[in-house]
Amino acid sequence: MSSEPLLRVENLKTQFFTDAGTVRAVDGISFEVYEGEIVGLVGESGAGKSVASMSLLRLVERPGEIVGGEVTYKGETVFGLEEGPDGELREREEMLSNEAVRERIRGNEIAVIFQDPMESLNPVFTVGGQLREVIELNRGLSKEAARAEAIEMLREVGIPDPEERYEEYPHQFSGGMRQRVLIAMALACEPSLIVADEPTTALDVTVEGQIIDLVDELQAKYDTSFIWVTHDMGVVAEICDRVNVMYLGEIVEQAPVDELFHDTKHPYTRALLNSMPRPDRTVAELEPIEGVMPEAISPPSGCRFHPRCPDAREVCRRVHPEPEEVARADSHPHNAACLKHDAFDVGYDGSAPLEGDPRTTAGGSGGEGGE
Amino acid sequence: MAVGESQLESGTESDEGVEARVGWRYTLARIADDTTARWGLYIVAVVLLVALYAFVDSNLSRLTLGAVSDYTFANAIPIFDHPTRIPDPGEGRANVPPAFHPEGTLEYPLGTDRNGRDYFTRIVYGTQVSVMVGLISTVLGLVGGTIIGAVAGYYGGAIDDVLMRAIETLYSIPPLILVIVFTVFVGGANIWYAVLGVGLAFVPVFARIIRSQVLSVREMDYIEAARAAGVRDRHIILRHVVPNSFAPVLVYATLQIGVTILIVAGLSFLGYGAQPPTPDWGQMLNTSHGYMHSNIWLSIWPGLAIVITIMGFNLFGDGLQDALDPRIDD
Repeated sequence: MSSEPLLRVENLKTQFFTDAGTVRAVDGISFEVYEGEIVGLVGESGAGKSVASMSLLRLVERPGEIVGGEVTYKGETVFGLEEGPDGELREREEMLSNEAVRERIRGNEIAVIFQDPMESLNPVFTVGGQLREVIELNRGLSKEAARAEAIEMLREVGIPDPEERYEEYPHQFSGGMRQRVLIAMALACEPSLIVADEPTTALDVTVEGQIIDLVDELQAKYDTSFIWVTHDMGVVAEICDRVNVMYLGEIVEQAPVDELFHDTKHPYTRALLNSMPRPDRTVAELEPIEGVMPEAISPPSGCRFHPRCPDAREVCRRVHPEPEEVARADSHPHNAACLKHDAFDVGYDGSAPLEGDPRTTAGGSGGEGGE
Repeated sequence: MAVGESQLESGTESDEGVEARVGWRYTLARIADDTTARWGLYIVAVVLLVALYAFVDSNLSRLTLGAVSDYTFANAIPIFDHPTRIPDPGEGRANVPPAFHPEGTLEYPLGTDRNGRDYFTRIVYGTQVSVMVGLISTVLGLVGGTIIGAVAGYYGGAIDDVLMRAIETLYSIPPLILVIVFTVFVGGANIWYAVLGVGLAFVPVFARIIRSQVLSVREMDYIEAARAAGVRDRHIILRHVVPNSFAPVLVYATLQIGVTILIVAGLSFLGYGAQPPTPDWGQMLNTSHGYMHSNIWLSIWPGLAIVITIMGFNLFGDGLQDALDPRIDD
């Protein structure tokens, strides 16, 4: 794919300035989303997945702030900094204004589906009314036209009797039905990109399957791109074209989905895959990742994964790896940020393995990360 | 047995799904089940009807030239511009006792005042003043407080600090003093200034309640979702934040109507509110307190009217609070 990507994220950094210190929730991630693609953003809780996806829409709230990097969408600069004459970083001139982002980008170009369908609908208005309102506001249709469109969208996402359900309140819908409504809402404005922030995590497995099928179907029909934020490797395998694996604010591996599963290049990704429950393995055979993720407020030196990494060597404690291309598949690079690959010439092979129980060497006090 | 059945009924999901625990119909049904709340509702309904009657009658009588002894209520409340007619004391008998008194007459059920005006009619017309005063100043406080509280809570930070410190300053002044100073400041004793002043005095209470609600509502996913859909802040506040923060304020407002009526009556009694000859309960108490020894009834009737009205609003408000509280089960 040589064409210009729909969305390009370069070296994005989002930090939270708390009393306890600066939390580097997203620390220099880069990835692209091409047209019609579903890109996975995978990682444990606290890896910075949600903050990263909200940063794309400049929806980071105080005390959080995007402090660096560039987000380019369809050639427009959603976020970008440059160095001013006095050496201070300042917003670039061509960066879209807050109004432009709100009116043109959010909802119309990039829509979001949130994790908890129970909480994402306003309980005091009817489902149809809310859907109609979104259509009315973003597409400038009349009330009647928006209503007809809303009913059509409800039918599209597989809600039976849409005319009747239109008048009902969110509490009268089941979780799966609500998630369908949210998908309808996201699709209603015909965005080119939808950020799905763990949209099936709160649903039970059968409903999850239905929703994923629905998204697959709608994605084929509308040719919408998705950024699919999840911690579930099973979902990734099922739906994503390419995957970005995040650990502690950084992307540690980037690859097309089959490549990632069959030729895993980063120990963290491998650990994630091994810790995934599967029908063909008993609980005893599961290999949970040792230790807990350190806090993003004081990340470990060198490779951030080294305290928990089975392959860690002495050099991993000193050298911080940036993702490098370690293989190529389907004209997409397979990037990994692990020193054991030849692309990093830092003397991994000659370095001594790290001793000790990973849990005791994990940095930080073991609390929740910066999400 | 009946209890068991009703429990069974409410515990079963019908084909139409679980019965909604929100909405007007459900709230009203809950109030109807609660005896005290029901009585509150009755009293409020009667008071409102009487006030409506007085309003229509006083404004109609000006057009139809005198329904019943029209000099009595010519000055009810100057909604429409009309020449002030001075009541003519010569027409009625002054200081007639209530009808149940040996000297009383059914023509004047509650007797007449020292000017010979029918006291029953004046009490009825006083309802109009009290209800309007109570409703309007509560709505003023509610609207002002909701806007300030919602903005402060939604934006937080410096905006919150500035607004809430100002509100707290206002809150630290006793309402009666605040309103008296306010009426003097804006131009003197007038019922409308009093209404405005009382509304202002209660902005802080409403602002604080709304703000505390907004602080939790603004963290809800549907707010974030609205923001992600590119909705304007103003729209988010009005459509998403305020409606979801409103229930406790609504209850408080109902209770507040009673308090407001009491305060405005107090102001009128002190001479800062309604002015004679406007038939206002507080003002009537003011006029009659000099005659307590000769005719105690002139003080009892308006006092009773105030007590009943406030009790009605309070009972209703309490019932509404229970009805809107999802934790209290039948």
